[in-house]
Parts: sequence; C-alpha cells; structure tokens
Amino acid sequence: MSETQKSMNPSRQFDELPDAPPKRKIRLSWSGKIGIAVLVFWAIIVVIGPSIAPYHEAEFLEESLFIVPGSDEKYPDTDFQPPSRIVLLGSDYMGRDTLSRILFGARTTIGISFIATILAYLIGVTLGIAAAVGYRFQYRGFTIIELDTALSRLNDALLSIPSIMLGLVMIAALGSTIPLLIVLTGIIYAASVFRIARSLGQEVMVSDFVEAARVRGEGLWWIITREILPNVAMPLATDFGLRFVWVILFISALSFLGLGVQPPMSDWGSMVKENLPGLIYGSVAPLVPSLAIATLTISVNMIVDDISAQTGGKLAKRMIS
Amino acid sequence: MIWRALLGRFSISVVTLFVVSVLIFIGTNLLPGDVAQILLGQMATPDSLAALQAKLGMDQPGYVRYFMWLRDVATGDLGFSKAGLGAGNATPIVQIIEPRIYNTLQLTSMVAVVAIPVALFLGLLAAMHPGTRLDRTITFSTLNLISVPDFLVATFLVLVFAVYLGWLPSIAYLRGDETGWGLIRALTMPTLTLMIIVSAQIIRMTRATVLNVMSSPYVEMAILKGVPRRRIILRHALLNAIGPIVNVIALNLAWLVGGVVIVEQIFAYPGLAKLMIDAVLVRDLPLVQACAMIFCASYVVLIFVADMASILSNPRLRHPK
Repeated sequence: MSETQKSMNPSRQFDELPDAPPKRKIRLSWSGKIGIAVLVFWAIIVVIGPSIAPYHEAEFLEESLFIVPGSDEKYPDTDFQPPSRIVLLGSDYMGRDTLSRILFGARTTIGISFIATILAYLIGVTLGIAAAVGYRFQYRGFTIIELDTALSRLNDALLSIPSIMLGLVMIAALGSTIPLLIVLTGIIYAASVFRIARSLGQEVMVSDFVEAARVRGEGLWWIITREILPNVAMPLATDFGLRFVWVILFISALSFLGLGVQPPMSDWGSMVKENLPGLIYGSVAPLVPSLAIATLTISVNMIVDDISAQTGGKLAKRMIS
Repeated sequence: MIWRALLGRFSISVVTLFVVSVLIFIGTNLLPGDVAQILLGQMATPDSLAALQAKLGMDQPGYVRYFMWLRDVATGDLGFSKAGLGAGNATPIVQIIEPRIYNTLQLTSMVAVVAIPVALFLGLLAAMHPGTRLDRTITFSTLNLISVPDFLVATFLVLVFAVYLGWLPSIAYLRGDETGWGLIRALTMPTLTLMIIVSAQIIRMTRATVLNVMSSPYVEMAILKGVPRRRIILRHALLNAIGPIVNVIALNLAWLVGGVVIVEQIFAYPGLAKLMIDAVLVRDLPLVQACAMIFCASYVVLIFVADMASILSNPRLRHPK
C-alpha cells in the first residue's frame, strides 16, 4: 500500500474509534464454574423437585418400611432414622423423609427469597434511579419535595435498624404469612438496594456522555433507559447475587426462630429448627438442610466473587462494606 | 471545626433514633391486631374489652399514645409486660429485662474481648502477604463463613464439641449461681459461635482496609525510597488504617445484634434476644417494643462510634459538604 493510497482513504483516520465498545467477556475461574454448576442444580430442583421426591413433604413414613428382616420388632421407630435405602437422607423428628422435604423445601426457600429479592430490586432501583436523576415533585413550578433528600433520610433510618429486629417487630404485630414475609423482606432489603442504585446512578449522571446527551436535547426517560440503566446493569446484577444470599439467610433465620414459613410446609430454615433436638442422637436431619442452604449461598458468593475480581475488584470493595 | 462535625453527626444519630422509635411504635401499636382481644380471648364481653382497652390507654389517638410512650421510656418506665396483665398481676418490664441485659452484655463483651484481637491479627496477616497461599486460604474460608447461616456454625459446633467429643454442654442455660469454671463452660459454645461469625467479617474488612492503604501513593513512595517492608506496614500503613479499622470493629459489634438473636435461641441462653423472640411468639407487644428499642439504640450508638472514629482519624471528613 503506497503513501498516497493511505492518505486518500478517508475512513482510515477513524480506525481507532470503534463505533461500539467491545463486549466484555467474563471468563470464570474454576470456583466460579463450580458455583454455576451448583446453582443450576438447585434451579433444576426448584422446578422438578416435588415431582421426583420419593414421598410427599408432609407424609409420615409407614413403620413397616423400617422393619428389619429377621427381627422381632414389629413397630420400629420412624423418627430420626439414619440414612438407608428406604430414606436416603434419613427421617426427621416426626418420621418424615428428609430428602423429600429438602426437595419440596427448595421451592419454598428459594422461591420466597427470589421473589423477595426481585421485589427489593423493583422498589430499590426505581426509587434509587429516580433519586439519582434528581426527580422533584412540583406544584405550579415550585418544588414541594426533593425526592432524593426525602428518600435518603427515610433510607438512613431504615438502614439503622438491624433487619432482623424490623422483621421481628413486624411479625409480632402482623403474624407470619408467606405474602407478608415476601413484602417485609422486599421492603427491608430495598433500603440497601436503593443506596447502591442511587450512588451508581449518580456516578453515571455526572459523566460526559450524559452531559452530551442532555446537550443533544434528549429527554429524561431516554437518558434513564439508554444511558443510565445499561451502565449500572452489570454492577447491579452482581449485587443482586449478593443480596439474594442475604435474603436467603434472613428468611432462613426467621424460619429458624419459628417466625418464618409455618408448618406443615417444609422450608430449609424451619427444618433445621424442628430437627435440632435430633442433634444429641447424632441425627443428620438438622445438618442436611443447613448444608443445603450453605451450598446455595456459598455457590452464589463464589460466582459474585469471581465476577467482581474480573471487573477490577471495585465491586468487591463495595460489597464488604 | 471538629466539634461542628461531631455535633452534626450526633444530631443525625438523635434524629435517627427518633425515627426508629416512631417505626417501632407504628409496628407494635398502630397495626391491626388488638392486644386486649388477644389477652381476653374470643369469649370476652364487649364491656370488659372496653375496660381493658381504656386501662391500656388504647382508646387514645395514635400520636398521643406515641408521646405518652416516649415520655415513659425517657423516664425509665418501660411499662408492663402484657403477660398476666388481664389477671391483674402484671410484671414491670424493667424487672424482667434487667437480668437479661446483664447476661447479653456478658456474652457479647466476652466475644468482643476474644474475637477482635484474633480477627485483627488474621486480617493483618492476610494483608501483609497478599496473593500467597495463606492469604487465599484466609480469604476463601472467611468468604464461606459469611455466606453460611449462623445456625449452621452453631449446629456444627454442637455436633463436634457436645455430641462427639462430649466436652461441653449443648445448651447454655444459666441458673444464676454459676461461678468460675461452670460459667466458662456454659458460655464457651455461644461465644465460640459468635466469635466465628463476627471475626470472618472483621478479617475481610481489615484486609481490604489495609490493602487499600497499601496501594496509596505515600506507601508507593516509601517502597521506592527503600523503606523495609515491615516498617512500611507498621509505621506508614497501620497508623493510617487505625481509623478505618476502629470503624470496622464498631460496625461488627453492631452486627453482633443480629447474630446474638440466633445464638441465644440455639443455646437457650437467657439473654435479651431470647426474651424478645419469646415475646414475639406470644405477641407480648410492650416487651417486644422495649427489647427492640434497646437493640436499636445500641446499634445506633455503635454506628455513631464507628462514624466518630473515621471523622477523628481522617481530617478530610471533618468538613461535611
């Protein structure tokens, strides 16, 4: 290629300015891949769990199942049985199959936590972005309430109550039902989502490209959907994983205290609680549901950790505080 | 100038506490659920119901009751427990709460005294050798510890120390006359559990804080001019990290509030949190109110101390924007 050709090619000088940023690719390390595998496993269980369970969650096992051939014992105990071929993970304090209850409980525990986290995100992100773009309630040109100030004050107060205390007070007043549990958890965790969405949104709002969009005359809605949301989506998605873990732990803790999901529905937190007395007999019944929760939460955390390590650790910093 | 910053922060705490008290009051008083009805049962006559409502001050409008309650709390009168109120032998809440506060303080101070030095040491150790196998081990295990439910740690410890080894009792019931060895034996398991939960957080945050300081320009300068590594960490980095670390400690002591609820329940430890759970279960709302106020107040105070530490250690924060 000669010098003249080069200088005559008009597109040449724009080569270094690609029209779209290259797509960020995230390669997970082995810990992230294990995390994904475990998460996918539980997701499948949520869908098909109840249909592959050997028994129903509230079904008491027949004594005849436990009769050892050749022994005189006609009516053996069915509670706190060790794992065997009849009950793969042992039986619980009322003689129900632990494995079946885990399979049914996956839907309850993961379902409630997931819906509650989504609710927290809907509330938190909507209000957080609205606060970040400086939305004002106006009446005839006068600002009545500045959304950012009002929400931030309320949020500070909500965040300065330990979430478990707020949960306990509300449940004491209203009793415990599943819809209440979801709404309560959603509101409690919306506070921290709000804080993150607001600070992320504010970061984007002062950037040059938003400035450029404004000068171009774009409207608020356009700026929110085309500039802000795409730029906060990735950090928020990672934060979603972490928030999901906390919601699972929160709901399990409430169930463990006997204030969350009520019997006879099976839920991992309450399964630990009701089988706690079996611990002294060396029963695995209280341990299996705790391990189920642990595998789920640890795997989500491993994925989040892996992704945040690849995006420069900025997220990791925000998350531990 | 510094006084102005401190005073500003102090007034924020007072406002927060006020908002918290309103939220707790709304939660326990204004929501549906008639306490008089619960106390007297379904068979109560309308007359006796109205009489008890008047006795409880429930015929007054909400805001009047709020200020009456606030005045009583401020003068140290926490009211009467609803248990036994209908029968005429109500117990003052102060009397119920006092020994419980003492027990909880005993537990948490023991945790603080043991956990903080250990956690700080491990966090510093990880930060001094970033990327090594030691650091990775510490980071990975603390990540797993913060993502498992508190009760898994507790159940696991009970299984090992009480069931298999038989060294320690599996519950921590105090009769009140334990001394020396007996008291230590009873307290060991709950303390150990809380220690593990709290130190995982402190370790992670200490590591992040010190690493953050280590990447600052003046440490880079010190490295370039050939200051020995030990001296950099102890003289340059650590002194600058003290403020953030005190902040970390105060924040984690505040998180003890959440952990203590689970741990006291598992080990049947007669502390304030156990009292509150029991009160929630029988819907003894004045008692729930009093306990929640105490927990939230201590939480707000600890957060205040945390902010104080960062303001005092970092002159740039003394001028609030």
